[in-house]
Parts: sequence; structure tokens; C-alpha cells
Amino acid sequence: MTMIFGVPAAAFFGQLLLGLINGAFYALLSLGLAIIFGLLKIINFAHGAQYMLGAFAAYLLLHLLGINYWMALFLAPLIVGTFGALIERYLLRRITHIDHMYGLLLTFGLALIIQGLFTNIFGVSGNRYPVPDALSGGVNLGFMFLPYYRGWIVAIAVVVCIAVWFLIEKTKLGGYLRAGTENPALMQAFGINVPLLVTLTYGFGVALAAFTGVLAAPIYSVAPGMGANLLIVVFAVVVIGGMGSIMGAIITGLAMGIVEGLTKVYYPEASNTVIFLVMIFVLLLRPAGLFGKEA
Amino acid sequence: MATTETKKIKLSSAQELQQAVKRRRIMIYTALLAVALVAPFLAYPVFLMKILCFALFACAFNLVLGYTGLLSFGHAAFLATGGYFTGYLLSQHAVTPEVGILVGTLAAIILGTFFGLLSIRRQGIYFAMITLALAQLVFFFYLQADFTGGEDGMQGVPRGYLFGFIDLENNLSMYYFVLAVFLLGFMLIQRTIHSPFGQVLKAIRENEPRATSLGYNVDAYKLVAFVISAGLAGLAGSTKTVIFQLASLNDAHWHMSGEVILMTLVGGVGTLVGPIVGATFVLTLTHQLAQSALGDWVNVILGVVFVACVMAFRAGIVGEIQKFAKKNFK
Repeated sequence: MTMIFGVPAAAFFGQLLLGLINGAFYALLSLGLAIIFGLLKIINFAHGAQYMLGAFAAYLLLHLLGINYWMALFLAPLIVGTFGALIERYLLRRITHIDHMYGLLLTFGLALIIQGLFTNIFGVSGNRYPVPDALSGGVNLGFMFLPYYRGWIVAIAVVVCIAVWFLIEKTKLGGYLRAGTENPALMQAFGINVPLLVTLTYGFGVALAAFTGVLAAPIYSVAPGMGANLLIVVFAVVVIGGMGSIMGAIITGLAMGIVEGLTKVYYPEASNTVIFLVMIFVLLLRPAGLFGKEA
Repeated sequence: MATTETKKIKLSSAQELQQAVKRRRIMIYTALLAVALVAPFLAYPVFLMKILCFALFACAFNLVLGYTGLLSFGHAAFLATGGYFTGYLLSQHAVTPEVGILVGTLAAIILGTFFGLLSIRRQGIYFAMITLALAQLVFFFYLQADFTGGEDGMQGVPRGYLFGFIDLENNLSMYYFVLAVFLLGFMLIQRTIHSPFGQVLKAIRENEPRATSLGYNVDAYKLVAFVISAGLAGLAGSTKTVIFQLASLNDAHWHMSGEVILMTLVGGVGTLVGPIVGATFVLTLTHQLAQSALGDWVNVILGVVFVACVMAFRAGIVGEIQKFAKKNFK
């Protein structure tokens, strides 16, 4: 058997793939956080709960309405994103004039409510969501076995990340978004409907979280607490990368997933904490984050 | 007009007004102290001690949120650190409770210095995320470390004899000891806030760039405030372990950091007695709910209280009362 630094190659690449998948989730979630932060200046503490809602939406669509994975991949973000837009319109908008800290606390309260409700209805244990037929099975690459679904996650996550990057950096709508990040008052003066843009932005960020949740549903069990701990890791990823750049968020997310995966191979005891440790080092060496601008 | 005349006369002697406020404050504190002294004869002492511990925890937290403007999402780490160190010393090394509590507090101070040095490098929203991530790191450490007992926690910690001769197994002596600890912590916070140091903290909260431009080393002030807060949170955790004879992983969970924020928010951010009222409110609410048919809904209801506070009662219970009093009894 081939060995890589004293570890069987299959185990090494298996963990590397798992790391890449987690990294893809980190990238998608930190991307959503960064977009929301850019315009609303709040950190969305409900992001983990909304990721969980995406997974549950897919689960419920399948079990109650018989709607398959591919439709859910589109419908679940739409439903949860609309829910997010309503939250912005009726709750967050009312507190934009005060300290942004309150936005954070509001979303934290919402996360408690959402997770509490789902725990009461579905219990704490996870529910299984089947891998779609078209992506079941896998292929032997010689050095490892690659389940199709896992490959699909990494591929689609990278595609979505690049699409979002393109949308924000290269299109007119993205231009509005970036302008709004810099100076919303001036943009309003130019006749752009900023409040609507803010609502849509929040909805879009939430939809991105829900989309990630649907992707995660077939490989992790669909459970009410699935987003809470993940979100804290994503916060650390955001601190490491800095929220200044979209590409930075994507690269940091993927890189941290890989770091975590490799730690699982070589020193499993630290796999839970390695990202936090990286965060400490980055704070010591480059306080603004790897891609952040110095304040 | 006659009424405005009298108002003007009253307001003209600001000193008199200040003295009146002071007198009223002393009256309120005396009344509260009297209540606290007789309370164990009227209510279950263990529950009262729990309230005192969390009140101290919330007051400590309020020192950074309410008076320095830093939202820490990692205060659970200090509570747990105090608890674990005290629990370890009491059960493994048979020290007296006051030594255990002192060492627990010291451990929280050291951890607080470490947290503070790292997190103060970034501002605003990042500060909250960094403290949360660091606290999660501490959580995983306690989960995996040998001496903490992992998910079971540290059970059967002996209360021991205070100073070697006061038996703390007696709930009444335990209660008065906890009350003394609480008062000590509260007085320290009160002195800090009303000192010139506290005035600078408030200046930082109101306008950080201006405080910097006036020549204050803003980061050093923030760090000292954060360390005091961490130490007092550790003191609360240490005391809690002695009371319940248990140091549990729950104390280190992010949920606990959220709960202390809620207590402070409900009571009134940036008011001295607000966190005490908030802790009493939240603990009584959860206690009552746990016994009722709504036991499973505690988290949902706490979330609703959170949202309601942010949307409608940002000043909190004490803050709203102060506003009302200012409007009507001037």
C-alpha cells in the first residue's frame, strides 16, 4: 500500500476530500456572511440556523411533497431566502439606525428561536436524507475511492463561489452592491432603491446558507443543531481571512477545510481546534486577517 | 408661569440635586441589602445563591459591554475556568474553599489577559467573533482534558470549611459567604465605574477615536477592563462550583455566553443594578418554565425575550424604569 508520511494513501486522500468538502461549506458560508456584512454591517448569527433550515427544507420537501434533490437545491434556498428577506424587512430594518451590535444580538435571538423550535418538533437526533440516485456510487481513482456525491459537492461549491464572485465583481448589480458597501447614502441620492437592495442582499446571503444546507443534507444527518457549532468555526475562518475580499473568503474557507482534514489524519485530537489555533496565529502576525485591509 | 419657576429654582442648585440622587442611591442599596440579608429565610437558599452567582457574572460582563462598549461572546470560558480550577483543587488537593476560589479567579484572570491581548487587536464585530472562537477552543480543551471529567463534569466537589473552621455544608453559612463574595465583586465594579479609570472607559465607549486623540492608550484601558471582568466572571464560576459541588461543561458552552448577554440586556446594559435584575429575571423564568409544561420551550422563549428586548426594550428593565422616572419625577 502506498504511504504518505506514514499514513495509508487511501486514508490520507479520504480525509483530504472530507477536508475539501468542509472547506467548501466554510467558503460558501463565510461568503454569505461577508456579503451580508458588507451592506448591513452586521454579523448574521442566524447563519448557522439558516443553513440548518436549508437542510430541513430539502428534507421536508422530499418527505412531505416528494420533491427531489435537484428541485430542492433550487427551492429550499428560495424559501429560506424569502424568509430571510422578511426578517430583514420587518425586524432588522427597524434597528439599522442604532448600534450594529443590536443586529448581532437580534440574529442570535432568532437563531435560538429557530433551533429551539426545530429541536422540539424533530428532536435532537439527526434525520437521514438520501443521496440522489444520479450521484450514488463512486469511482475508484486508483489511490482512493471517490463517492460521486462528494466530488459533486466540491465541484458545485467552487462553481457557485466563482459565480458569486463574478456577480459581485463584474456585473452592474454587483457594482451597486459594492457602491452600497462604500457609501449607501450617496447611492440613495443617485436614485437607487437602497432599502430594497439591502433586503435582497440579506435574502441572498441567507439563500446561500440554505443552499449549503441542502448540499450538506445527504452527507451529514439533518439535525437542528447542525449549524450552531459549524457557525463558530466559520467565524474563525472569517477572522482568519478578513471580510474585505470575496476571493479571500473562498480561498481561506477551502484552505482551512484542508488544514482541518489533514489534522484529522496526523493529530486527530486537535482536529476540532486547529482552525481556532490558526486564528490565534493570524491575529498575532497579521491582525487584519490574511486578505483584510488594515483599519 | 409658577411651575416652570419652581423647576428652574430646583435645577439651579445642581449640587443639591446630586446629593438627592446620592441619598436615593444609598436608600436603594440599603433596601436591597436588607432584602438580601433576610432572603434565605423566605426563599430556597440554593436558588438565591445561584442568582447571586449569575448576578455577579452578569455585572462582570456588563463592565465590558455596558461601560466599555465591547461585546464579548466568550465569557463562558472564564466562568468555566474558575469553576474547573476551584473544583480540581477542592476535590484533589483538599484546600480550603477560599484558597480554591482565589486560585480559580487567578486562572480566569490569566485566561482573560490572553483573550484580551488577542481580541483587542480587532474591533467591533470581529471582537465578538474572536472571543466566541477562543471560548470554543477553551470548550474543546475542557471537553478533552483529563482532569475535567469531560461531558460528565466534575462531580461531588466538597464544600469544605471556610478558613478552616466555618462549615459550608450548612446552606445558611454558605449563603452569607456567597453574599459577601457578591458584594465584594459588586463594590469593585462600582468603584471601577465611578473612578477616573471608569470615566475613560465610558469615553472609549462613546467615542473611541476621540479618546485616542486625547492621548489615552485605548487598548490598555480596554485590556484592563476586560481582565477585571474576566476575573470577576471567574470568581462567579468558582463560587458556583463550591455551591453546587459541581463544575460542568455547560458552563463553558457558547450558550452560557449568550445567556449572560441576555441577562445584561434584560436588566439594562450600562446600569449598575440592571444585570442583577436581569439575572434574577432570567433564572426565575427558566426555573419556572422548567417546572411547567413549557419545559421544552425554554430556549425558544429565551430567544423571544432576546428579540423582544432588542426590538422594543433596549434599555432593559432598570433602564426603562430610569427613563420613566426621569420623565415623570423631575
